[in-house]
Amino acid sequence: MTTPAYSPAFAEFRYWGAIFAKSWRPVLVNSVVNPVLFLAGIGLGLGGLVDDRSPLDGGLSYAAFFAPGLLAAAAMQTAVVEGGQAVFNAVRTRRSYRVAAYTPLQPHDILHGHLLFIAVRILLSSAVFVAVMYAFAIPASPGAALAVPVAVLLGVTCAAPTAAWAITVQQPSVIGNFSRFVVMPLYLFSATFFPVEVMPGWLQPLVYLSPLWHGARLCRDLSVGTVNPLDAGVDLALLALTALAGYLAARRSYRRHLHS
Amino acid sequence: MTSAHREPLLVEGSGLGKTYPAGPGGAAVPAVRGLDLELRRGEALGLLGTNGAGKSTTMRMLAAVSPPTHGTLRVFGLDPLHDGPRIRARLGVVPQDDMLDQELTVRENLVVYGRYFGLPKRVLRERAERLIEFAALEAKADAPVTALSGGMRRRLTIARALVNEPEILLLDEPTTGLDPQARQLLWDRLIRLKNDGVALIVTTHYMDEAEQLCDRVLIMERGALVAGGSPRELIGAHVLPEVLELRFTGTEHAAGCAAVKELIAEGAPWRLEVLPDRLLVAAADGQDAQRRIEARVLPRASLVRRATLEDVFLALTGRALVE
Repeated sequence: MTTPAYSPAFAEFRYWGAIFAKSWRPVLVNSVVNPVLFLAGIGLGLGGLVDDRSPLDGGLSYAAFFAPGLLAAAAMQTAVVEGGQAVFNAVRTRRSYRVAAYTPLQPHDILHGHLLFIAVRILLSSAVFVAVMYAFAIPASPGAALAVPVAVLLGVTCAAPTAAWAITVQQPSVIGNFSRFVVMPLYLFSATFFPVEVMPGWLQPLVYLSPLWHGARLCRDLSVGTVNPLDAGVDLALLALTALAGYLAARRSYRRHLHS
Repeated sequence: MTSAHREPLLVEGSGLGKTYPAGPGGAAVPAVRGLDLELRRGEALGLLGTNGAGKSTTMRMLAAVSPPTHGTLRVFGLDPLHDGPRIRARLGVVPQDDMLDQELTVRENLVVYGRYFGLPKRVLRERAERLIEFAALEAKADAPVTALSGGMRRRLTIARALVNEPEILLLDEPTTGLDPQARQLLWDRLIRLKNDGVALIVTTHYMDEAEQLCDRVLIMERGALVAGGSPRELIGAHVLPEVLELRFTGTEHAAGCAAVKELIAEGAPWRLEVLPDRLLVAAADGQDAQRRIEARVLPRASLVRRATLEDVFLALTGRALVE
């Protein structure tokens, strides 16, 4: 054989890149334009109202509170759509995973390539978002740029376990219900739009379990410039451990479903 | 010994079996059991069987995407369990459904797929060109897949499976749903590949396809092999060489049937198959049978033909519809 050395996972990454290149316009709207509109509409519009009537602790403007939370929430959103719907389609409708499984790629190469693609997508849209935050002069700290890698980590943390599960799903409606009943509550109640302290006491421990809450807190601390090393360590460790567990589960589930 | 036996052995399976784990509430049923098979360079092997016979499972095992649970399998002398990527690098797979990327053009489908094999850009560009020509898709090279007819999609799927210049091409029901012209064109391309030394493994429901393309066929039923050999050998071994087909008008059908049965009872060396619309009388000499039957009862139409693989298949797997 004269096939030169190549990375099978990178081939899968390039596959998703080729598909993305055909349909980047609506994707750009979903993952960049919409969050930016949200930022302008809610952060600045609603923020004006909040700042006048019941200012946040420490004199933090609502926009400064909301923007990093939205950055994290958008990363999660992209991750669960790619890890959920796209993975489901890749097995059941578009079936590109099935096609790739007939080539030298191993199931874990397919997983690696797709996760890499998801990570790069989140990296790019988060970078644009943070640039917009700077344009609005929202971040108080130059460390805000470090929120980008945190958003990427959060994305992988959400995408890996979602993919591990989505590859086993047989009915498209199940994916829809997952968005409605799991992702939406996480999106709304992970202290992205308001501080966790304003929520009922019994709900607060649940919020601390949400990866989005940890991602949002770290992004916010970096953006505001109030990083507490202990909190940051807890956030990073929790995100990394969840990502690792999700990744291991996905490896197993990809092998079982693609080479059965 | 035919010349094919001197060619190197590409696939060797013995006692091959696959049992999927039991689903909720069901027992584990073997999808394939005790299958022995061999494939040599340039040979075309057909897998025939009703739905659920185990053809697709066999294909998946040969394609190194489904580890066998029983027996041994060597593809290119390698073990699919440990050398899957090396085996798959030398295989081409044409799945039953096209699984093309709808939003990509014909050329892009070939290029994107070729990357999975680590082919450099320059090689890929040249091969895509050659394969577009092979698949007779020059006029559609830059059209999206959605603009292709069923036959064109099949040809593109085959072209895509050839991008790594495979030594074995696995085709799962390659011409199902195609019109006669599209099938002819596809067969022509497959015969060209075979002549170039590519080994083919084809599953099909069409017996004429198996007779056209395959040097040897394996007939499977409920996961097991029931017969194997060249189409000619199978016809010689399992059915009489000629078939007399008799059609009667409505009520005459039963009378015709009785007349043939009577002749068989009197010692005529035939086998009778009763179909709803006609009688099939297998015989060594079809014209003799025709004369003797028509002396007793006159059919609306009758014709003598050579026995085909279809007669073998029906004799071995029964006429009952298997769903």
